Amino acid sequence: MNENPAITGYCLIHDRQVVLSGDLLFTSNEKQPGAFFTEVYKNYSLNYPKFYKMDNLCKLGFLASEFLLKDKEITTRYSGEDVGIILYNAASSLDTDRNHQQSIQDRLAYFPSPSVFVYTLANIVIGEISIRHKIFGEGTFFVEEHFNPALMHEYVSRLFNDEIVQCCITGWVELNENNYHGALYLIEKTSPGKEGIAIFEPQIIEDIYLQRR
Amino acid sequence: MNPVFVASDNIISPLGFTTTENMEALIKGITGISLHDNACFSPDPFWASMLEEGKLAEKFSEYANPGSFTRFEQMIICSVKDALSRCNLDFKGERTLLILSSTKGNIDLLDHATGSRFENNRIYLWHTAGLIQRFFGLKNKPIVVSNACISGVLSIMIGSRLIRWGKYDNVIIAGAELVTEFVLSGFNSFKSICPGPCKPFDKDRQGLSLGEAAGTVVLTVNREMAQDGCGISVGPGFSGNDANHISGPSRTGEGLYIAIRRTLEKADCSIDFISAHGTATPYNDEMESIAITRAGLHQVPVNSLKGYWGHTLGAAGVIESVASVFSLRENTLVNTLGYTSSGVSQPINIISKTKQAELNSCLKIASGFGGCNASLLFQKI
Repeated sequence: MNENPAITGYCLIHDRQVVLSGDLLFTSNEKQPGAFFTEVYKNYSLNYPKFYKMDNLCKLGFLASEFLLKDKEITTRYSGEDVGIILYNAASSLDTDRNHQQSIQDRLAYFPSPSVFVYTLANIVIGEISIRHKIFGEGTFFVEEHFNPALMHEYVSRLFNDEIVQCCITGWVELNENNYHGALYLIEKTSPGKEGIAIFEPQIIEDIYLQRR
Repeated sequence: MNPVFVASDNIISPLGFTTTENMEALIKGITGISLHDNACFSPDPFWASMLEEGKLAEKFSEYANPGSFTRFEQMIICSVKDALSRCNLDFKGERTLLILSSTKGNIDLLDHATGSRFENNRIYLWHTAGLIQRFFGLKNKPIVVSNACISGVLSIMIGSRLIRWGKYDNVIIAGAELVTEFVLSGFNSFKSICPGPCKPFDKDRQGLSLGEAAGTVVLTVNREMAQDGCGISVGPGFSGNDANHISGPSRTGEGLYIAIRRTLEKADCSIDFISAHGTATPYNDEMESIAITRAGLHQVPVNSLKGYWGHTLGAAGVIESVASVFSLRENTLVNTLGYTSSGVSQPINIISKTKQAELNSCLKIASGFGGCNASLLFQKI
């Protein structure tokens, strides 16, 4: 029996496109990340008002996870504590950090806001996805200079080996000024008759990220 | 599965530049938190634990020119340098990895006045990690964990897993955080800063005090490197999410309870004391008391060290773990400075007086924004 974890879905949000497991779902001419994310949200009538409170990094991660987990019923198939979220990016929360800094840069216009400050942590995106999908398991946010499929593959594979997770959302959520690149993967153990859509290995993780598949 | 041992450690804070200096201060009941009146950090005076101006640069000048490094980088380098000097580790070899733990890193560089002295890339945590790697001549590309206030505990947990999995023989975990106007203004906007030194778990607690510190833990697979004849091993650890709120802890302590329960299920010992997160905000401490009680650990002695070092965010889990290791070695329970009578709903066993006790195991716990929680076991060999 094939018990190796496999990729059972992926969602890419990059360069004004949303791609779900190989299918182009949505495309737009909107260049601003925030406006583009709102366009996606409205187009799919996602009906989750908290979306509007999120910073752009969280919107990116939230949208990718919405498409990735749709109809996957992970919370009925797994206990919430057996689902992990392991994410990576390069800029951490720098986009929102700059906003917060702007609010304190000038003593005559000093208006730090808790609703901005709370997003000056990259792992808030893990929190937002956890709240939305009732995920209670292992969560870590790593910062890497570049997309690192080898680390992504190895770390999650080991978590499966040790049975720390039974199902894992992993991937890259980068947002820095007007550049954004989201690539989330759903990793699950598979069995004959219930195969994934791709083998979970570094080359394939990278091919998906670069849209070479 | 390879067992994992603590080979060496360090703490840098206003209380000292070594673990011993810091722990001697804690045992004497001396705090690093004091009143600061500095317009560069806050329009109003504030209580925090901050390194004395010039002291860090003076120490750092033993190793390199302070003008070429940021305060954050200087703190980490000083901390790692001291920890490495206390163990016989082949840190330049292929089997050693560095993990950097911080929430905000060089965030003070976003301020134009400080930032203009350094190149733009300096703001990125991966850049800091690379700089530390090059400074010490480490072979492997470092890993950075930036996961709010559980970063330090997570980093030690991840480091111990990487050794257990056979991926590395040694992992150097360095955690550091500055007190900056950036963070101070943010917590002020949340109204979570205490108007005096913080009082963890106390009935009069009014919020947290920020602190700056750096800490290092060196983990190894080599039993003979386990320090000082009284070796400490790193046991199982887990993280868990509340899935409830991004800035407020769960009322049921769900994520922390899950992390503790899963750790206890894998542990082969009982717990002799708990090193809590204990930020002294009303919600955090209450949540911890609930999670500890739900896990059946309400009789286990528990402390928070935030009254000594303040909340050092990404460094907290590292320096508090170092203190836990010290407590195990010295059979000493350190008190919860600032605590006089319980202000949490669950009757947990808060350590109010520093005392000697036979100690074999410690559970280190932490919680943070984003609903994240972590739990990690330390044990005497």
